Amino acid sequence: MRHTIVVLVENKSGVLARIAGLFSARGFNIDSLSVGETEDSTISRMTIVVRGDEQILEQVMKQLNKLIDVIKVSDFLNVSHVERDLVMIKVKANSSTRSEILQIVDIFRAKIIDVSAKTLIIEMTGNKGKIEALIKMLQPFEIEELARTGIIAMSRGMNKTKIENK
Amino acid sequence: MKLTGAQIFVECLKEQKVEVLFGIPGGVLLPIFDVLYDAPIKFILARHEQGAAHMADGYARVTGEVGVCIATSGPGATNLTTGLATAHMDSIPMVAFTGQVATSLIGNDAFQEADTTGITRSITKHNYLVKDVKNLAKIIREAFYIARSGRPGPVLIDLPADVQKAVTEFSSSGKKVEIRSYKPNCSGHLQQIKKAVELISKSKQPVIYAGGGVVLSGGSKQLRELAEITQIPVTTTLMGMGSFPSNSELFLGMLGMHGTHYANFAMQRSDLIIAVGSRFDDRITAKIDAFAPQARIIHIDIDPTSISKNVKVDIPIVGDVKNVLKKLNEIVLQEKDKFRKNRLEKWHGQIKKWKEVNPLKYKKDDKLRPQFIMEKIHEATKGKAIIVTEVGQNQMWAQQFYKYDYPRHFLTSGGLGTMGYGFPAAIGAKIACPEKLVFDIAGDGSFQMNIQELATAAQNKIAVIVVVLNNNCLGMVRQWQELFYKKRYSATLFSGNPDFVKVAEAYNLEGLRITKKEEVEPALKKAIAMKKTVVLDFHIEKEENVFPMVPAGVPLDEIISGLA
Repeated sequence: MRHTIVVLVENKSGVLARIAGLFSARGFNIDSLSVGETEDSTISRMTIVVRGDEQILEQVMKQLNKLIDVIKVSDFLNVSHVERDLVMIKVKANSSTRSEILQIVDIFRAKIIDVSAKTLIIEMTGNKGKIEALIKMLQPFEIEELARTGIIAMSRGMNKTKIENK
Repeated sequence: MKLTGAQIFVECLKEQKVEVLFGIPGGVLLPIFDVLYDAPIKFILARHEQGAAHMADGYARVTGEVGVCIATSGPGATNLTTGLATAHMDSIPMVAFTGQVATSLIGNDAFQEADTTGITRSITKHNYLVKDVKNLAKIIREAFYIARSGRPGPVLIDLPADVQKAVTEFSSSGKKVEIRSYKPNCSGHLQQIKKAVELISKSKQPVIYAGGGVVLSGGSKQLRELAEITQIPVTTTLMGMGSFPSNSELFLGMLGMHGTHYANFAMQRSDLIIAVGSRFDDRITAKIDAFAPQARIIHIDIDPTSISKNVKVDIPIVGDVKNVLKKLNEIVLQEKDKFRKNRLEKWHGQIKKWKEVNPLKYKKDDKLRPQFIMEKIHEATKGKAIIVTEVGQNQMWAQQFYKYDYPRHFLTSGGLGTMGYGFPAAIGAKIACPEKLVFDIAGDGSFQMNIQELATAAQNKIAVIVVVLNNNCLGMVRQWQELFYKKRYSATLFSGNPDFVKVAEAYNLEGLRITKKEEVEPALKKAIAMKKTVVLDFHIEKEENVFPMVPAGVPLDEIISGLA
């Protein structure tokens, strides 16, 4: 089972290493991890996508909570939420393929953010499925480089992931 | 008032009522050691940083206070790591300080630089690198609070040289430490406790399985009350020894790999296991799929990660063992009629039979056997000494053949299994309790791993009795080779052992060699009377084994008895 976990942590040096170290030391697998400052500059927010059965997830949550610098941990499995991943794809493009690529970009509502004689850089946000579909469509043109931010997630409505009970 | 970082360090230790500091100085720690020169804190100069860490650990285990040690940057810090990992696995409250190169040099591969916070991240409860002297006091206060609260553990503070010299405003603080991201839950959920009582009242073959958490929380009295009111038999882990009186009829001894037959049988056939401050470690469960197949499980522990980690728990209760047991006992007493005295008669009868058929035993002949030595130590000390052990066969014999009736009287590296732990930890224990007799039960292998601390004992006039159960080999590994590797004694036999009596004498300490049974008692008497560190070199049978034994990978009740 794939779980999206949101972790609020103290915005201090070394915290990312603690979290990453925990996952490697305990043998938990991470699909993606993204981190950034929140509305409160003393707090960072991490979104971690992790795979595992119920027992593994229970341990992941508890182990994260046990770290002194972790303020709050939420599993979004049963929380109504939105997820986004941002991707940049540098794809080979010449005069004969460029328009076809532009059509695909259009259909996916993606954006061209750089153009050269031989390449295009395409930017798109979306969920995992949409991004993978785009990648698949672009593969025949030869993808030169690909970078993704990893998933970030937020609960819908007034369900706020804020610091309260730990 | 304006103080330097080094002065703040000492002021904060005084604030925390630290009386003893264990360690070794070094280049980057010069500012701190200069202030320590006339500070009202006793400094015990160890001979190796690992020794200093184990001393602080031993001090913490007997007092329940935070043990404090200090080491310099680089090699000083890396030498400390075994001691930190040992304390971390056994949840021992400790604060360790390490020197660090100046902040401007960090990351430059400077002389004696190591990434100490990086190295120790997974073997401490928490750690800090102090980059600004303004944060120093707050960090030290937090460190002590974190080390002693919740599930205790070691906390490390890395102190760069320039931070020790920098000056800032300092005011002593009476304020309680508040950390928004750290709020351990100590109280225990009442509804869960009620459910537990219900389950206990219905059980027919229950066992209490108590661990180090009982000792750490100071809940031995409550444990005894629970067992006595409910008449439920108690087995303890290695870390739990002494949390329940050994002379009680309800006591089953230790369980697990070298546990008693009856403790392991009782666990395997129980219908309810009440785990109290214990964590279902692999030395306890043996083959996990075959562990206590009929048992439902109540698990009381302060650390939620310990619960349902290895075995699935029916009723988890997160909280301090002492607090939870207090509440649990209150409810049990209110519902006394559910706990009639003879309700478990059949179960008690079964256990009694197991005890009669398979007691702890050893071959009683003319030879000098370690089990006999332990029994004699028990006799000579009336069971009131603090027994510290090394790791291996010596540890198991010490556990099996000395009877522990008081908490904080059996000190051993349970989780990490650190050879070399015993002697320095015994020094720490003796400093904490000078009026107590302190024994280090050692093997010739383990003792040599921190034998240099004889100098620490000599310099500080600390009287520890080192019992070397000398079989000229790494006994436990040799035992496994004998049993499972066709006696192919690969790298376990020693031929270069020193004369331990002469070693002791070289440090101006006492040494005695004992080769015969009848010499044991007089030697112990003599050692106890000496009031300085004595090394007792007992030449025991080389191929003596620890039994009973549950080999790796089989169910807990498939026990090798070893004796016909």
